[in-house]
Order: sequence, then structure tokens, then C-alpha cells
Amino acid sequence: MPYPPEMKELIKKVEKTRPARVERKKRGEEFPSIPLEKRGEMLKKYHPDFIKGNQRPIKVGPNKGYAISHEVVDVLEAKSRVDPDKINLSAAHFETDVLIIGGGGAGNAAALLARQQGAKVLIATKLRNGDANTMMAEGGIQAATKPEKDSPYFHYLDVMGGGHFKNDPELVYTLVTEAPKVMKWLGENLGGMFSKFPDGRLKSMHGGGTSRKRMHYAGDITGAEIMRTLRDEVQNYPDDIKTLEFCPAVELILNEHGQCAGAVLYNMETEEYYVVKAKAVVLATGGSGRLHIQDYMTTNHYGATGDGLVLGYRAGVKLCFLHTVQYHPTGVIFPEQAEGLLITEKFRGSGANLVNIDGEQFVYEREPRDVEASGIIRECSPEVGKGVPTPTGKFGAWLDSPMIDMLWGEGTVAKEFPGKVILFRRYDIDISKEPMLVYPTLHYQNGGLEINTKSETSLPGLYVAGEAAGGIHGENRLMGNSLLDVTVFGRIAGENAAVFAKQKAKEGRLTLGHVKRYHKELEEAGIVTDRVAPMLLPDYSNPEVRKKQLTSYYLGTLR
Amino acid sequence: MPQTTQTKEALAETKETGLIPIFILGQKYEVPASLTIQKALEYAGYQLIRGCGCRGGICGACATIYRKPGSYRLEVGLSCQTVVEPYMYITQIPFFPANKATYEINLLEPTGETVARLYPEIFKCIGCNTCTRSCPMDIDVLDYISQAIRGNIAKAAEESFDCVMCGLCAARCPSELAQYLTAILCRRLYSKYQLPRAEHLEKQVKAVEAGKFETDLRELMQVKGEQLKTLYKEREVEPAMADEMWEPKDKSHL
Repeated sequence: MPYPPEMKELIKKVEKTRPARVERKKRGEEFPSIPLEKRGEMLKKYHPDFIKGNQRPIKVGPNKGYAISHEVVDVLEAKSRVDPDKINLSAAHFETDVLIIGGGGAGNAAALLARQQGAKVLIATKLRNGDANTMMAEGGIQAATKPEKDSPYFHYLDVMGGGHFKNDPELVYTLVTEAPKVMKWLGENLGGMFSKFPDGRLKSMHGGGTSRKRMHYAGDITGAEIMRTLRDEVQNYPDDIKTLEFCPAVELILNEHGQCAGAVLYNMETEEYYVVKAKAVVLATGGSGRLHIQDYMTTNHYGATGDGLVLGYRAGVKLCFLHTVQYHPTGVIFPEQAEGLLITEKFRGSGANLVNIDGEQFVYEREPRDVEASGIIRECSPEVGKGVPTPTGKFGAWLDSPMIDMLWGEGTVAKEFPGKVILFRRYDIDISKEPMLVYPTLHYQNGGLEINTKSETSLPGLYVAGEAAGGIHGENRLMGNSLLDVTVFGRIAGENAAVFAKQKAKEGRLTLGHVKRYHKELEEAGIVTDRVAPMLLPDYSNPEVRKKQLTSYYLGTLR
Repeated sequence: MPQTTQTKEALAETKETGLIPIFILGQKYEVPASLTIQKALEYAGYQLIRGCGCRGGICGACATIYRKPGSYRLEVGLSCQTVVEPYMYITQIPFFPANKATYEINLLEPTGETVARLYPEIFKCIGCNTCTRSCPMDIDVLDYISQAIRGNIAKAAEESFDCVMCGLCAARCPSELAQYLTAILCRRLYSKYQLPRAEHLEKQVKAVEAGKFETDLRELMQVKGEQLKTLYKEREVEPAMADEMWEPKDKSHL
């Protein structure tokens, strides 16, 4: 649906202020950024994490008393999908050296490195291999690859600043020093098609909170390019890496020595449960946007329901940094069909301003994401009231994409953002001529399960990588550091899991005792619920239809 | 099927109820006119397992074929990106069998012969252009296949860059090619072997491996609190409009 006349009228105000804004930018004059001291105040007032009553303490488990979003607590304070006594652990349906749970960037990177160590690998994934947030990441991947202006030192400073200096310094050290190596691995070795200058120099740009242009990219589909390349490589070794699709894990399995030794999988199509016996396990289940925290729309893929948090937590692994959730500043709010979809930060990195209903810029476009999102929420709030209304009564801010062509030359938008150009063209909107209307959208699980620099957890034999892990990004991740994170820690997890499988894994009786204990703990905490977790998939089916789905028993072949 | 009358009726109906009729696998359902096909399936009561991935038009899980009333043409789209129309007949193709060649990328030569050896069926192409017409990403599939046949890997790579690997080209191809798999092979060969290498990257990797930043970083990791904040605030920021030649005034820590 193209912009209706009333919105076209408002766009004229943006057009009116645009030439002056472009001129300022060309002169190097930037809108003042919010000083470090004021960031906290801004977040406290407008960021969804700080809204009173939206979090509650977890009543059970290793983080008892830790307050996080209701939606996450709900899946943690829930029962297993299976009765642990009914699973026959003495007969495994699959055996492998390394079991990888999750088929995103981290899972596939882990599989390749585990294989390099000589391990036989099984990837179990909820949807298809590659159906993951990695696929959807657009903007780029950070790495300090240009020695004449950048180094891991500056990358480290940026990561810490973005995370409010709360990040685990050791994990950040690993992230920034591994970064150039993984760029080489993904591009020069595996053949990922990164954007380059004719002499082979990698193109790079700014992201929110970066001090050097170190975001490398592949058009505006960087994540898809990384994901499809890793997946293609995994599929080149079918004898060593097996994949089970549509088979999410619903519990981890331990052995009598207290090591992680497999998982229970659920085949969503045949509805069977499988027992997988493994010598080491990598949990790479990704994030949790589909829990729709505070009812926010999300950029996440369909299966992002925080399963790894549930599995790891029940097995005794601590959570960290889950009290902060990342809202991407710029999700589509109009047209409604595309609601929640990510508009890459690369637009702002390329100089597009955020402007209000009067066509005025109200926030610097390269603030860290939490600050930027708070800025938009503030502008659209009733107190300020400068949001741009949509036909259905929502509010957003303009992201002035046509500026990019004026700054960098006609055709830049078409060349650098082909994916978004196609998307908006479907609605008869030409984003090189008209701005996009945006509002923050639930984007990233800043925290997760605790790991160390080897991707190890407190549970021997269990490794976590990617969005399911926490600590790397502190309280707020910078753009371009998640594609980096999944690759860096996916590789580390895969390699170390394979080594564990070879050297430390002990043969022993399998057990789901931890699940029984967790159930007991729920009971003792007085939690009476029929919720089960992991959720696996969000339910978007029509509630009116749901009311009519009345079958309560299995009756032969009819449910 | 009398398209115009039916459509008119449907539109009249829409105005009253806001709902339009569509056919999911031949079965009629009434759904809001503003929905994408994907959301319409869910509105109708389906809990999707297959045929739904990123919900954002990039993963290629939701390849869909549909026909509008009275039309001779089969049309294609990603169900998460295509808005329903009255009396549309819809089917999804969540999976289509295609053979992926397996290879050791380090042992390949970036030549047309390599592509021909791994995907010999490309020579069966009859040039009918059905693949191009079946591409929801508006890629000129026939042209990149022709480029691959001619051994122009660079062109095949660049032209296929937006491919989401949904497989509709392969599903509709009368010569049974696996275009999208040929495409990723070309992209990987092109990027690995034909694009000039990034020398700065090589240099930086060597520096990291030689431990060049070790002392500097370890020292920085000891800095905490206000002192760290000061370093952060005072770090030199590359100007937005700086060109590729920009270098910081302060060369320490590089």
C-alpha cells in the first residue's frame, strides 16, 4: 500500500528541510549526540526495559530472585513438554560425537569447526537449516581489519561503551581479536561475497556507536550471505555432518557423571520424541523475539522463542544480562503488512536522518541502539507528541533515506539497499525518493546463558554460542557485532566441544533427573501452571478458529 | 471464471465485512484483504510448521504459487511478502527436491568447467525463461544461467546475488535444473578466487596472530569505571563523510 494522501502531505515537510540537513552533513556538522551522563536518564525514562511492572523475579533455579521480562519468566517457570519418566533413555535413536542444537550462524560455524577436529556432528534444528536470525541480519559484521586506522583496541572500547561498560572484558577481548580472523575465514576462505573495492579492499562503514568504519557488508543482505555460505559448506560434508530439520530439542540429557550427554528432540511433523546420545553438546538456539516482550513487534524469525534459555536453565546453567532487551530503533511501522521488519542501521550509517512530523531532526542517527530507540519512543510519546501517525493510529518517525542519494550520489540507495528497495517497491514506495516510517521493534536478546571464552558453561560438555549466550554485549549490543559473535563463538564452541568429546567425555548412564528436580522446585515455589516450555513456535492462528478447535483426546487418526 | 464480476462482488463484500474469499489448496476461506498470504493462512486457522521462516522476505522458506481468477498465468511470490487478492488460488512449495553437488571449495578451479562438472544439467537449459518469470526476487535467472554456461562466473555471481534460494526456479524448470544451487557455487568461486584479495585483512590477521595488540588490549582490560568512560568519550571518531583514505590523528593503539 503506497502512502495515503495525508502521509504524502507530511512527507512534504521532510522534503522541505532535507536540503539544509544534507548541506550540514556535507559540512561535517552533526546533530549533537546525547552525552554519556545523560544516556542513563534517557533510558530510564523511555526505554521499555525500565518501564515499571514489566519485569518480575524468577522464583526458581540458579538465578532465583533475578528480575527479567514476564514473557521470559513465563517460559522459565513452565514444565517440560515431556514426562521425564516416560522417555526411555537406554535406547538412543541417534548417536553422535557432537550434537549441535540450532541451525543458524553459530550452529553451522560450530559444525564446521567440530568436523575439522575429526568429530561426527549432528545438527538438530527447529525449522530448516538456516532459518535463523543470522539469515535476517542485514547491516554487516564488525572487525578491525584496516591497520592504518583501526585495531582491536578501538573495537574493544566501542563494544564496552555500547554495553554500558558492563560486558565481560574477557569475552569482548575474544570477540575483537578473533574478528579479523573470522572475516578472512568467511570471505577469503569460504567465498562469502563481501562488498569490495576494485583493488580487493573491503568496503566498510559506520554503525551506531562505532569510532571507526569497520562494518563490513555484503549488499544489504550480509547475514543471508554469511548464512547461505556456511550452510552450503556444511552441506558439502554430508557424511560427517548430519542434519535433522523440524526437530527442535526440548530437553538436554545429562549422564551419571554430571556431563551433558545429549538431548531429547521433538519431530514437529511426526510428533515423535527422539533420544540423541552425544559426547558433547553445543546450544546455539538463538534469541527470543517471538516471545513478543511487552507486546512489541519483532524483527526475529519465526522460531525465535528462547528455547536454549529454558533448556540450559533447567540443567543448572546461570543466566546473565537478560534484564535488558534490544529494541532495534528502526522497524517498519507502515505499511502494516511489513510491520516489525528490520530497516538496517546501515541507512543511518550512510547518513539518513531521523525526523519528526515537522520534518525536524530530533536525535543523532548514530547513537547506540538503546539510546536511539529511546529517542524515537520519546518523540512519539504523548508528552512530546511529534510522532507521525499511520492510518491505523500508530506513530512512527521518518527515516530519511532519500538523503543517501544526495550525499553519496544518485543510485546509491538502489545499489547499497537492493533488498529494501524491492520490499518497498511491492507497496509502491520508492525509498530513494520517499522516506520510510519506522518505530522500535524487538530485535535482540542482549543476555543469555553464562559462558567463558571457550564457550564452556558450568555444565561440563555443554557449550553455548551466539544469541543464546550472554555477557559479550553487556547491556546493549552494537550493530554488526552479532554476526561477528555467532561466527567467533560458534567456531570456538564447535572446536572445544569436539575436543571435549575426544578427551573428556565419559560413557555413563543417561538421566533427566535435572528435569524432575526442576519440576519439584516449581512445585515447592508454589507455581501452579499448565504452561509448557520451550514454546517452539508462536501461535498466530485466529483465536476465533482456536475456540472451535475442541478435540480433547486422540481418537485414532483424528485428533 | 468471470473475473470481473467475481472481483466486483468480492470487493462489494469486502467493503461490508472487510473480508475477501481466497482458496487455500482449493478450499475457500474468508480473510481480511490487507493480509499477506502467510498471515491469511494463519487467520484461516493454520499453525504453520513448513513454509514459514524469517517472515521477512529473505530466508526463502515460503515459496508460493497462485493463480488469479480467469488468468492463464501461474504467479509466484513469497507468502510473507505477497498480499492476498480476491479469489486467489494458493499453494505453497515449502520443499522441492534438487541435487546439491558436494565439493571441497579449496580444491576447485574457478572455471566454467568446474561449474559444468558439478552441475552438468545446466546444459539442458532450453532458454524458455520460466525460471526468470518464477523468481520472487526479480532476478534474471535465465541470464545468470546463460552466463554460467558461458563460464562467466563473475556475472553469474553478481546477477544472482539477491537469490533467497526458495527453489521456485527449480520447481518450475522444464529441464530440471537446480539454478539456485548453481548460483551459490558461482558466488563462492567468484568471491574466493576471482575478486582481488583484501591485503589489509591479511596484514591485520598476521598482526593479531603475532600478538601485536596483546599488551595494549590487556592493559585496556584493566581499566575500569570512570577512567574507562573517559577513554571511551575521548576516542577519536572517524567523521561520517570521511573517505577511505582517512587516518586518525592519534596513531597510538593501532
